[in-house]
This record gives sequence, structure tokens and C-alpha cells, in this order.
Amino acid sequence: MSASPTTATFPRQARYLAWRSVIRTARQPIIIVPPLVFPLFLLAINASGLGAATDIPGFPTTSYLAFALAFPFMQGAIFSTNTAGTNVSQDIGSGFFNRLSLTPMSGPSLLVGQLTGVLLIGTLQAVAFLAAGLAAGVHIAAGPLGVLVLFALSLLIAAAFGAIGLFAGLRTGSSEAVQGLFPLMFILLFLSSATMPRNLIAHEWYRTVATINPVSYLIEGLRSLIITGWDPEALALGFGTAAAIFAVALAGATLAMRDRMVRT
Amino acid sequence: MLVRAPALLLPPIVFPLFFYMAFAGGLSAVGGLPGFDYYNYDAFQFVFVLLQSAAFGGVFIGFSIGADFDSGFTRRLFLSAGDRSAVLAGFGLAGLVRSVFVWVVVFAIALATGMKIGGNGVDLAGLVALALVVNLAAFLFAVGMMTRLRTLQAAPAMQLPLFMILMTAPIYVPRDLLQGWIATVSQVNPFTAILESGRSLMAGGPFHVLLAFACAAGLAALLSVFAFRGLRKAEAAG
Repeated sequence: MSASPTTATFPRQARYLAWRSVIRTARQPIIIVPPLVFPLFLLAINASGLGAATDIPGFPTTSYLAFALAFPFMQGAIFSTNTAGTNVSQDIGSGFFNRLSLTPMSGPSLLVGQLTGVLLIGTLQAVAFLAAGLAAGVHIAAGPLGVLVLFALSLLIAAAFGAIGLFAGLRTGSSEAVQGLFPLMFILLFLSSATMPRNLIAHEWYRTVATINPVSYLIEGLRSLIITGWDPEALALGFGTAAAIFAVALAGATLAMRDRMVRT
Repeated sequence: MLVRAPALLLPPIVFPLFFYMAFAGGLSAVGGLPGFDYYNYDAFQFVFVLLQSAAFGGVFIGFSIGADFDSGFTRRLFLSAGDRSAVLAGFGLAGLVRSVFVWVVVFAIALATGMKIGGNGVDLAGLVALALVVNLAAFLFAVGMMTRLRTLQAAPAMQLPLFMILMTAPIYVPRDLLQGWIATVSQVNPFTAILESGRSLMAGGPFHVLLAFACAAGLAALLSVFAFRGLRKAEAAG
């Protein structure tokens, strides 16, 4: 005999909320289309506009498109922050969260459920960006297994940034506040090694900022699979940084949710 | 309003500064490419950031117009004003003051961080004049859009076309070094002439300045028709 929703276990609760998150995401093209279109548009501009940069001595590849292909994956992850944060703050604003808090629904299952929609968009993005790159002639240096690792890392990054969005949404309960994070995230993306390898950044202050910016390691992990092949150090740093961001953001989101449950 | 809420000034200052840092700082190695014949990469990017902030400064004031339409304030102003274009001119003046303030801050920071100026005072005055015309054209575009759509929710409809025009100009390298589709698009993009002329003024070797002013002023003239027709539509809508 299956458990009723009110007595459901954690996996079942998470599944209910995950399904709701997926359906909610799929019904809103405005959430799906911009994270797919804008990164591809910027990729097209950067790959064409900065194609000559591959002539810089020491540039790691002859194709700027291949070099820049990691950029849309990161940009897409930044959209995850907005999606997750906006969804949860809308749930708070609409009273859905209050109603849920009256049920035996566990907090972690709510977080897992909310992140599922983010991972759905992350998967669509990864497929679209990779397909666009391959169609434009990019060769994945790490081969077919590398593609799977690329997907795994990009989904972990999307989950990490989605967790940041959950934290912001739960903490503030305001979708405007979550939207305000978007430019900050964009600044982090641009002040990284996204457009130029760190060793080729001529300004020392910028190289320092890019070195302490965790986004550099996420991008370099993704990029290593595309242009280098198997680079254990880049991958360890990429996965380690993404996992650390995910853990910290999720812990923050859990605490923020506990506070919000108290308030409601 | 800006005096009472200085926080409103923050985004228009922060974004040009950020773009300047990201492009001039992160991509400075591009300045050493064979065939890159501009004297200084910081200055090369500064001109883009200046003209970009001029364009977005004009469009951002459209957000204020949209917000005031949403709250009903603009409609009340229209009822009280004898000449309603004066209401919009007031918004334009506010946008201009804000843009000039932003340029002064960005210029000071660029100079403090080592940007070199190749041109003389007249060249720089020409560059600022070009930015002013771009600001006016972008403002008229924003007015035309907002008086038709009359809501802040139409903001992306203003930003997206502007973003496309700006980003398909030779931003990172001179046109000779562009590759692929963007090399073709930049040839027919009117913002290319404005940007290249602005860079030539910065370098002290004015080039196609009349063409650039003709492009910017021509756009402004066309967009003023667009704006005034929009105003008539807003008046008719009540």
C-alpha cells in the first residue's frame, strides 16, 4: 500500500515537488528561451569578434569558438540563480509556501524539488550549447566520455548557482531582490578567465581578480574537456569548486528555509 | 529624484565601469595582435564604453518614463502641461545630466588607471559631442517605444535592439581583424562608423567624423519623428 501524500517519505515528497517544478518550468517559455538564446548569441559574437585572439602567442587553441564554448555553459548557470530564486520567492509571495509549511513536507524535499526544474533547464542548455558548438565545427578533445563529464560538471554548476538563487529567494522572499543578483553574477563571469586564459591576461590586477574568482575554475574545468582533453587538475578544481559552492549555498538555503518556517 | 535617491545613479555608473574593466583589463593582450594598429587598448575600449553608456543612458531614462506611465504620473503631467513634448524634454534633460555625470566618473577612473589620450582638447570635445548625439538618438528611441507601449514591462523591447546594434560593431578589435559573420554585419552597422570615428578622435587622427555625425544625427532625426508620433499616440490614448 502506498503512503498518502501527507505521510509520504522524503523521496516521494521530493518527487511530488520535483514534478511540480518541472511542469511549472515547462509551462513558462520565458524561463526556458532566454537562457538558451542569449548565451548562444553572445557566443556567436565573441567567437567571431575575438577570433583573431588565437594569434596571440601561447593561446591554447586555434579555434576561439572552441575556447569560448564553456562561456555559454556558465552564463546558462547564472540564469539558474534567477530561475530558482524567482520560483521560490513567487511561492512565498503567493502563499504556497505557507500552505506547504502546514503539511508534514520536509524542508530538504522542498529544496530538492525546486532544484529539479533548474536541472531540467540545465540539461536543455547543455544539449543546445554542445549541439551548436559541434554544428559549428568544434571538436571535443576529451571524446565521447568527455561529453558525459562535461554534462555532469555543467549540471553540478547549474545546481550550485540554482542553490544560490534558492538561498536568496528564501532569505528575501522577493523576486526583485533575486533579479538584483543577476548583474552581480554577470560581473563575476566577466571578471574571470572566460574570455582569455589567465596566463595571457596582461593586466596584473585583472589576473589576480580572475585567479581568486571561483568562476575561473568552473570555466577552466569545462573548457579543459573541450580544448585540452583530460586535465585532472582542471577537472578536480572545476568539480571541487562547484561542489563547494553547492554545499555552502544549500546550507545557506536550508538555514534560510528554517528561519522562514519559523516566521510562518 | 536622483538627488534624493543617489542609489539610482549606481547602476549607470557601475555598468560602464565594469565593462571597461572587463574589456580593457581582460582582453588587453588583444592589443598586441599583429595588425592591431590602435595606439592603446585601454583607450580603444574606453571609446566603446563611453558610446555604449551614452546609448544606454538614453534608453535607461525610458525606464523612468515607463514607470511613470505605470503609476499614472505621466498621464497627470500630460494633463497639466500646455506642451506635452516639454514633459518628455524634461526626462531627456535628466538623462543627459546623468549620462554626463557617468562619463566624468568613468573618464576619471580610466585616466587614473593608466589610459592614454592621443587627441587634443578639440578632438575630445568632438568625441563628447558624438556621445551626446548618440545619447539623444537613444533617448528618442526610448520615448518612441515607451509612448507607444506605456509600461515598464516593455523595457526589454528597448534594450534588445540597442544591444544587437552595439554588440555587432567592432568592439574587441578593429574591423580589419574581425572574422566570420560579424565582419559582414559590422560593415553595414551604422554604429560602426560612429565607434570608429570616436576612436579616431581619441587617438588624435580624426577619420570620417562627418560621416559619424551624419549617422548619429540622421538616426536622431528619424527617431525624433518616431518619438513625436508616439507622443501623439499617447495623447490620443488618454
